[in-house]
Amino acid sequence: MTQIPLEHGLILAAVLFALGLTGVLVRRNLIFILLSLEVMLNAAGLAFVAAGSRWQQPDGQILFLFILVVAAAEVSIGLALLLLLQRRTASLSIDDVSGMRG
Amino acid sequence: MFPLLWLIPAIPLASFLVLALLGDRRLPHAVTSWLGAGSVGLSALLTILIGAQFLAAPPAGSAYAQTLWTWIDSGGLRLGIDLRLDSLSLTMSFVVTFVGFLIHLYSTEYMASDPGYNRFFACMNLFVAAMLVLVLADNLVLLYLGWEGVGLSSYLLIGFWYREEANGHAARKAFLVTRVGDTAFAVGLFLLYSSLGTLQIQPLMQGAAAGWAPGSAVATAAAALLLAGAVGKSAQLPLQVWLPDAMAGPTPVSALIHAATMVTAGVYLIARMHAVFSLAPAVMLATAVIGAATLLLAGMSALVQRDIKRVLAYSTMSQIGYMFLALGAGAWSAAIFHFWTHAFFKALLFLGAGVLIAALEEDHDIFHMGGLRKRQPLAFWTFLIGAASLSALPLVTAGFYSKDKILFDVWTSPAGGPVLWVAGLIGALLTALYIFRVVFRVFFGAPSSKVLAASPMRQPGIRIAIPLVVLAVLAVGAGIVELPETLGNVPALSNFLSPVLPPAPAAGATIGFEAFLEFDAAAAALFGLALAWWFFLHRPAWTAKLADSSAGSALGRFWFAGWGFDRLYERSIIQPYVLLARLNKNDVFDWLADRLVARPYAALGRFVRSDFIDRVFAAIAAINAAAARALRALQGGYARWYAAGIVAGAIILIAMAVL
Repeated sequence: MTQIPLEHGLILAAVLFALGLTGVLVRRNLIFILLSLEVMLNAAGLAFVAAGSRWQQPDGQILFLFILVVAAAEVSIGLALLLLLQRRTASLSIDDVSGMRG
Repeated sequence: MFPLLWLIPAIPLASFLVLALLGDRRLPHAVTSWLGAGSVGLSALLTILIGAQFLAAPPAGSAYAQTLWTWIDSGGLRLGIDLRLDSLSLTMSFVVTFVGFLIHLYSTEYMASDPGYNRFFACMNLFVAAMLVLVLADNLVLLYLGWEGVGLSSYLLIGFWYREEANGHAARKAFLVTRVGDTAFAVGLFLLYSSLGTLQIQPLMQGAAAGWAPGSAVATAAAALLLAGAVGKSAQLPLQVWLPDAMAGPTPVSALIHAATMVTAGVYLIARMHAVFSLAPAVMLATAVIGAATLLLAGMSALVQRDIKRVLAYSTMSQIGYMFLALGAGAWSAAIFHFWTHAFFKALLFLGAGVLIAALEEDHDIFHMGGLRKRQPLAFWTFLIGAASLSALPLVTAGFYSKDKILFDVWTSPAGGPVLWVAGLIGALLTALYIFRVVFRVFFGAPSSKVLAASPMRQPGIRIAIPLVVLAVLAVGAGIVELPETLGNVPALSNFLSPVLPPAPAAGATIGFEAFLEFDAAAAALFGLALAWWFFLHRPAWTAKLADSSAGSALGRFWFAGWGFDRLYERSIIQPYVLLARLNKNDVFDWLADRLVARPYAALGRFVRSDFIDRVFAAIAAINAAAARALRALQGGYARWYAAGIVAGAIILIAMAVL
């Protein structure tokens, strides 16, 4: 079986990361922001797995498991915040929550 | 039987979890009582059964070790939940569970009408579990876990009646002061690990004995750090200030945590780590001197207190001072023997005081009591027995045998000597004086108006009477486990402890000399009793005049305030700290900038007052305002802008790293 080169995995991860980052920056809907965050996390996870495969070490996959757990925790809190936001402002726009404006 | 060892701490812990998780409203009163007291009772029963087997058929090497599971496995550090049953931990566990059970039983009646009944038992069970982990631990990190656990439950129980601000303050004080010692203890653990590479107690002691030269710097530093931890937990000089205030907790708490068990954790730690201490003679001397100084200072402070519980608190400090004195002289088993008898008679005294306090509606002042002998006969007789044992009245009390053994070992040990012995002897006189001052003031004389008003008095029921009677029997009889050479020669406890604790280094004293020392100790106690009778029963008016004289009242106030240590710490530590915190709160740089730049600048502006210069200043002001507007835009409250800021920062950092 031929190895997929490390660079390919890393490039894919970078593209995914940039996509996710763009989503976080340009989207106003909180659900899409959370989705984009997930994409970013998975990009990081992909980089780990790719690196783990390159050096034949299990660490990359172990760290991906960690990232999964963190992502699950983050999503549960994020969705709870989303529910609260919906109840309080009847919208999901992140720009409506700017009460801390200086 | 031995494989069941883990159940001893596990049962109270399970009960704590049930009580804490189910809470007040969901558990009926009776269930709380059965769980709270029953779990500790079961634990005590198990300890007795295991102890009986330990005595009948000791395990190989006189110790049974049990590893439940691996707790931490990181790098070279590998720690398990390791329990170790040997004669020292068995003795400690027996006292913790047995006295603990009696006090829990007492509490089911004493605390019955308290709205926090469930919370009380939850915290008490947590305490018992943590204390058992502390004494059974086979590695120092697990011991530290128990150490912090008892500190936590002590904090929770001192502040049990949290609606009164003073109680919360006392709880925080206890927690913070002991934290000073705990921090030193933790640093000591780091030092031990970095130089010996293990934290298992037994390999640690062997490694220290094999690898460290006696009196070497590392041995002295390690022992000094452990001593600092012990001093904090056991309320010895200079960290003793928290214990008198800890009496804010309910009386059973004072009896269990702040007299019988937790405050002796420091004694246990030093005895457990005796090999390290033996290598540091300077620290041994410091231990003995701290013990002697504490027992004298606390004894004098106990002499002038009005609050019955504070008398007993100072008395506890003083008695633990005896244990430290013994440890410092290398008489390890004498210290544990005094811990053993002290747990019984001091718990008894606290529980007796609790009966009186409850009968007088939470009045702690001994000057509001008086003539209670006939009105509270059970409390009188048991308190009298406890007082006799505390003041070591000769032959008939347990306290006599343990205190006598300490004094004898202190004289004969090469690390001790006559000076420390004299301090201990004066302490013995003071002990009899202060405790019989309480006895005579509270139980004898004419009944006070408060006593007459509280008629009929609340009398103790069966669940209070049983612990009092059992403890009274033990306060008299617990001394038979160790009789001196002159009186029967039964060194059962020393022999029992000898696999763990080496015997005291005695410099060949003859029996006649031992009898002479015993006579001195007995005479000191009896003389103290006679003095107490003279001062407080025979000539109270004369004593009052002495106390009111200018010198007497000044000395009395000084002792009453515990030798002014609170004020010293207030002035030297707390106030500077508060000042610093206030400065930081107001931003010291703002303050400096205001004083050094803005004010001189404004003064300059007022001084110059020319159009051109005005315009320059106006321009500066306008630039500042524009910058403020620009910066304000960054704080737009829009989360996406913040995210963009983070991304921009990350890109700049990465670019800097790459280029």
